[in-house]
Amino acid sequence: MEYRIEIIKKDDPRGRFIVEDFKTFGIEGIERVEVRDVYYLGGELSKHQVEFIASELLHDPVIEDYRIGDGEKTKDAFEVLYNPGVTDPKEDSVKKALGDLGIEVSYVKTGTYYRFQGEFNISELNRAAGLFLYNPLVQYIRSPEHLVHQPAAYTSGIRHIDLNEDLMKISQDMGLSLSRLEMEVIKEYFQKKGRKPSDVELETIAQTWSEHCRHKTFLGRIQFNGEQIDNLLKQTIMKATAEINHPLCLSVFHDNSGIIAFDDEYGICFKVETHNHPSALEPYGGAATGIGGVIRDILGTGLGARPIMNTDVFCFGPVDFDYRKLPEGILHPKTIVKGVIQGVRDYGNRMGIPTSSGAVYFDSSFLYNPLVFCGCLGLIRRDRIEKRVRPKDAVLLVGGRTGRDGIHGVTFASAELSEGAEKSCVQIGNPIVEKRLMDCLLVVTEKGLLDSVTDCGGGGLSSAVGEMGKECGVRVELDKVPLKYQGLSPREIWISESQERMILAVPGENLKEVIEIFKREGVEATRIGEFTDDKRLRLYYNGEEVCDLDMDFLHNGLPKPWRKARPRKIEVKDIDIPKPIEFNSLLLNIVSQPNCSSREWVIRQYDHEVQGTSVVKPLVGEGFIGPQDAVVIRPRLDKDQGVAVSCGINPAYGRLDPYNMALSVIDEALRNLVAVGGDIEKAAILDNFCFSSPEREEVLGDIVLSTKACYDAATAFRVPFISGKDSLYNEWTDNKGNVYMIPATLLISAVGIIDDVRDCITLDFKAENSNIYLIGDTAGEMGGSEYYRLLGIDGGVVPTVDLKKAPEIMRRLHRAVKQGLILSCHDLSEGGLGLGLSEMAISGGIGAEIDLSSINYQGKNLRFDYILFSESNTRFLLEVSDDNAESLESLFEGLPCTKIGKTIRDGYLRVYYKKRKLVDLPLLLIKQKWLKKVV
Amino acid sequence: MKPKVLVLRAAGTNCDIETAFAFEKAGAEPERVYIDEIIRMDILKYQVIALPGGFTYGDDISAGKILANEIKYKLQDKLLKFIEKDRLIIGICNGFQVLVKAGILPGINGYFKKQCVSLITNDSERFEDRWVFLKVDAEHSVFTRGIKSLITLPVAHAEGKFVTENGVLDKIKNYIVFQYVNDKGEPAGYPFNPNGSMMNIAGIADPTGRILGLMPHPERFISYLQHPNHTRKNLPESGDGLLIFKNAVRYFKI
Repeated sequence: MEYRIEIIKKDDPRGRFIVEDFKTFGIEGIERVEVRDVYYLGGELSKHQVEFIASELLHDPVIEDYRIGDGEKTKDAFEVLYNPGVTDPKEDSVKKALGDLGIEVSYVKTGTYYRFQGEFNISELNRAAGLFLYNPLVQYIRSPEHLVHQPAAYTSGIRHIDLNEDLMKISQDMGLSLSRLEMEVIKEYFQKKGRKPSDVELETIAQTWSEHCRHKTFLGRIQFNGEQIDNLLKQTIMKATAEINHPLCLSVFHDNSGIIAFDDEYGICFKVETHNHPSALEPYGGAATGIGGVIRDILGTGLGARPIMNTDVFCFGPVDFDYRKLPEGILHPKTIVKGVIQGVRDYGNRMGIPTSSGAVYFDSSFLYNPLVFCGCLGLIRRDRIEKRVRPKDAVLLVGGRTGRDGIHGVTFASAELSEGAEKSCVQIGNPIVEKRLMDCLLVVTEKGLLDSVTDCGGGGLSSAVGEMGKECGVRVELDKVPLKYQGLSPREIWISESQERMILAVPGENLKEVIEIFKREGVEATRIGEFTDDKRLRLYYNGEEVCDLDMDFLHNGLPKPWRKARPRKIEVKDIDIPKPIEFNSLLLNIVSQPNCSSREWVIRQYDHEVQGTSVVKPLVGEGFIGPQDAVVIRPRLDKDQGVAVSCGINPAYGRLDPYNMALSVIDEALRNLVAVGGDIEKAAILDNFCFSSPEREEVLGDIVLSTKACYDAATAFRVPFISGKDSLYNEWTDNKGNVYMIPATLLISAVGIIDDVRDCITLDFKAENSNIYLIGDTAGEMGGSEYYRLLGIDGGVVPTVDLKKAPEIMRRLHRAVKQGLILSCHDLSEGGLGLGLSEMAISGGIGAEIDLSSINYQGKNLRFDYILFSESNTRFLLEVSDDNAESLESLFEGLPCTKIGKTIRDGYLRVYYKKRKLVDLPLLLIKQKWLKKVV
Repeated sequence: MKPKVLVLRAAGTNCDIETAFAFEKAGAEPERVYIDEIIRMDILKYQVIALPGGFTYGDDISAGKILANEIKYKLQDKLLKFIEKDRLIIGICNGFQVLVKAGILPGINGYFKKQCVSLITNDSERFEDRWVFLKVDAEHSVFTRGIKSLITLPVAHAEGKFVTENGVLDKIKNYIVFQYVNDKGEPAGYPFNPNGSMMNIAGIADPTGRILGLMPHPERFISYLQHPNHTRKNLPESGDGLLIFKNAVRYFKI
């Protein structure tokens, strides 16, 4: 039997927000929306029991009523439910609560019932609902009179594939994303073996050789402008790290995250991942599992690390995009923005990890392919960094169960998005499962019971187990894997990307104790196989061998073809535009631009203070709204050492000039770190490349140029790369065959060790009558600036970085902070001096007056607009008291350091050029424009 | 002897480490214990039980509901004895939601009775992390004795709007311990009252003053370094939250 219980809130705020959302999608006339939570319970229950469950457990007697039975039959209502096979995130916990009441049920399904009142067109309403109220990939709507469907049964079994047929057809039909050359190599391997491969074997190879797992482009061979590059990553980014040979580096590039030294006992690990395609299709689930996955990367570093901070960076299309022009198959940016932020929020907050650092960037080119970067930092014992699997160790699978979710996420990442792209890769996360897994794993780590650990991410068991057993060999019994529901084929079990799972290598003598630790807190831990010494990957299903591959072939057999790359034409000429006359409205316009305005609407939704570690918060100053350049946490509550985290990203520069874009974002990430008191001599960086298809020579050229810039900048600053990731094929093809590519995008994430967090400074002006200094050179490099974006200008010269001067400026600034010379400091980025000064004033609630004539402007013609809104790199605004002005000037001797004005008593911002007053605005007005909420 | 504090852990608890740290700083001896073990153990060896913040069981059904249900059906007798023996209970954020939904707070008709107050979705319909100003009643509750009338602490929740059944507000008016105010100590609207709580209520105690529940996080303001504006003000070395934990310790030292 199935029982339906509806929870009726006396006053549900959700309805109000939904009415507003419908309006933004053009549906007028809805006066009221009633929202009810719905529970379906399966099992044999008495009427009295159902009543008891509803009244005692499911409803809140203070604000809710309940109703048992079918939904009211009305055409102005529908219910949203999860598709069969999709995990219902509430099922486990509701079942547990029923168990506490002494009641057992066979299943729990949850849904939401919506009832609409007003004058509207019902079919229009249904269409709009699909834009934001539910996602057809994971949910469906139905009118309340029908029953929920049970998951359909699938056929299991094993297939053998004949490779004498059309190889490319096999690759496409099976969704392997393997090239002809790769398929040929595979065919040859099995010809030598004298047998046909099983579907499991082909899948295993496809997963292992996927772009996601093997980084074929970055590790591949490239011909660029007559240069032969044998391994792009090794010859640029990894080479820089090797040359710098930084004493801080404890583990770089080979584990699930990079590790630097924190103190004698602990190291800090850091990893940033992308989850672009899943987030484009199902923003909430895609982003949530993105953060869930990168947290597991930290848990799977060394023998296990404790996650201490999440970071998130997003690139979205414009939220005011006309929904009527939206191509079929594309979600509206507003839906994506909301979904992604809620996904990161709900997962990160529930994990109890502060989400403190990040960025949100808007550009029309991300309409079709948004970017979602999720990062995590961890604290690891230095004696838990080394990991090594030994033959005879048990393969222990811990955490959630395996289902059909997320099949082919990895090979999907190697293909472009298009209308009708494979969508089975959608995953739904359950943070509480991961939280339990984390709590237990950290106990096991502390006790030193493991030989190795890694997470099940892209490629599922196939990647995790295959990678772990690479050096020795492994055998796995797939029928031992606990399933969410029956009917998965061995192939599906092996490649499923179900979330919240990890693989542990456990020595036999510890196995019982490890399983017990997990069991105690309700986490499943199952021995599914054992590591061997035969250097083979062997899989069994109910005793039948379904895979037998040589590890050597699997990991070293991938052919390395030469790919061609060429540089594209870079715009060198600046553009001539008329000079503006009125600067007040111009400044107000700049501060309210989507890439310049306050991020409070996002940051507040993240718990950035859980764990009690935050010392420099993302929001500081008067009214707690000041946007910090970097955040600082104190991972050990009883110690004063800190970790500073920041980032740099600028796709607008990437569109014009990938080399200078890469230099700029490295400079940006580092200057953010320095602005809070960080030291580039105790810092490390991470790269995340997002590009469109590298099969285009120009795109590959962009990649080569930006990696070269990474080498040049890292060696100049002497800041090593410790980890990195690339995400390619970020583009979308519409049904007419038009391709929409993203611009060359590089996210640099920076981490720095702070000796004493008491020395840290923030951006908000602290006092009236202080001196305002500008550090660094200002040039008329306006290409890609927010000012040009505002004017609708595409082109111009992108800011570069003076690699000799920049490191020196940053080192001196660090010294000045250490000596206590600086009251507040802010770096200048998007929106330039105009925005930077405004933010310092608003955040401190203190006005300022500056004179542009004191600035040594390097541009050809004197232009006030360029001085105010240039985004030249390596620039900082400082607030310095009279007492320290002289010391500061002498500390910066020989470097650009100019006093440009004063903080003032009035709550006004005034900008002069000599006697001419250009800007005269009350802070309150600037603040009001700047605080604009995006969604 | 240091009072022993049981810091309860369940699936989804996530402020247990910093809550234990705060108690340790205050001079207590905290121990983090998983709920299944608590159900099996003798809890009378502890002087204080702390229910920390988090999202127990994912806050499925509603915030704190499933843990409240578990406590009500698996721990009721032990807790009644614990309360009877003059011990202290503090519920912070999710812990407050649990105390309310288990019918332990406000405790005006006894404990584990029908739930008559609730903590529901914020008016903004969003999770919000922000610092708030609180007016403190320093008389009624053991936990707030001697605390100055205006303090600041952070809140971080999606379901913190305090509401009551009709007629209850009047009965609990003497047990209101924390109220949201503006920086001048006056009642004010959003964002000073971050969630739309009735009478700006941020925390209440039971009639004995020994059971306290509050939405703000005192364990997140133990040191001045945790204040968002420690770089612009000269703040005392210890944060406003520490006294609440010290009061719990002092109760057993006198």
